[in-house]
Amino acid sequence: MSRNVGIVIVSHSTDVARGTADMVRQMVGSEVPLAFCGGDPGGGLGTNVEAIMRAIDAAWSEKGVAILVDLGGAETNSEMAIELQPPERQGKIVVCNAPIVEGAVMAATEASGGATLQEVKRTAEELSPT
Amino acid sequence: MRATAELMVVDEETRRRLIATVARRVIDHADELTALDQAIGDGDHGINMRRGSEAVLADLDGLAAKPLPEALKAIGMALVMKVGGASGPLYGTLFMTLGKALPPEPSLGDLIAAFDQAIAAVRARGKSDVGQKTMLDVLKPARDALAGGGDVRRAAAEAADATIPMKAIRGRASFLGDRSIGHMDPGARSSALIIGAIAEVVGEAS
Repeated sequence: MSRNVGIVIVSHSTDVARGTADMVRQMVGSEVPLAFCGGDPGGGLGTNVEAIMRAIDAAWSEKGVAILVDLGGAETNSEMAIELQPPERQGKIVVCNAPIVEGAVMAATEASGGATLQEVKRTAEELSPT
Repeated sequence: MRATAELMVVDEETRRRLIATVARRVIDHADELTALDQAIGDGDHGINMRRGSEAVLADLDGLAAKPLPEALKAIGMALVMKVGGASGPLYGTLFMTLGKALPPEPSLGDLIAAFDQAIAAVRARGKSDVGQKTMLDVLKPARDALAGGGDVRRAAAEAADATIPMKAIRGRASFLGDRSIGHMDPGARSSALIIGAIAEVVGEAS
């Protein structure tokens, strides 16, 4: 189990999700648990609650998981996936209001230094226009 | 369906007809929903709703065999898992909340109370409210027609039409700003289709 916050990337496109994850991996190596998913249950563009739940499992850390999303459905489906998690995980998974690529890189960089989930989220969200 | 001492008994055959009619209605209108969504969204609403409806139809026997609350919860979970897009969690939340709120043999008062809880849950899930060009703009007038003894199907259809001049504030359509005006909201249309199908079956059975 990692001592760092995990990062999950949820895009409508598998290519965007994988590409973002590649960039994160290059920045922070294997210091941070990382998972990504993209595409709808039929393999087209979209997002998928089951895939998001699997990604959360893959990136799970006792310090929590920060999710980066692209467009509306990715956020709604991520929130649904969080609600379907077991009680002991509730409160330990957040969706960051940040641009997906820059947010994922910033969040992972912060997480790699051992930051808390709240610190990771705050750093990612510094990128958002207020 | 028959009303005994104002409680509605939704037997297995009625449940089967309800589920099948709603799912087939959505599938029959999938292209129309996609065309509406191409105008102001990302053009996947019909595709997503068809996929969810086909998943529900595939388990028609199993779903119809469950008591009403369990059937609704199972339909909601199937939609969450199969629809994708934002409409999966939104419709999933709607049906799961109805399932949690309704007793197996509901009275009209139970239906209205469950409808209220479901609308509140959809508002929270979508972080939206009535008047923002979403499915809520159909759910709320339909609920009010039910409570007021009006024509629920007609209220839902008219409410979907009434989203045409609205400006979208939530969802992908909000990126368009004023350009979302002049198009019917696809989620409002799918909600009106679903409510219309339910009202038809209930009307035939009562």
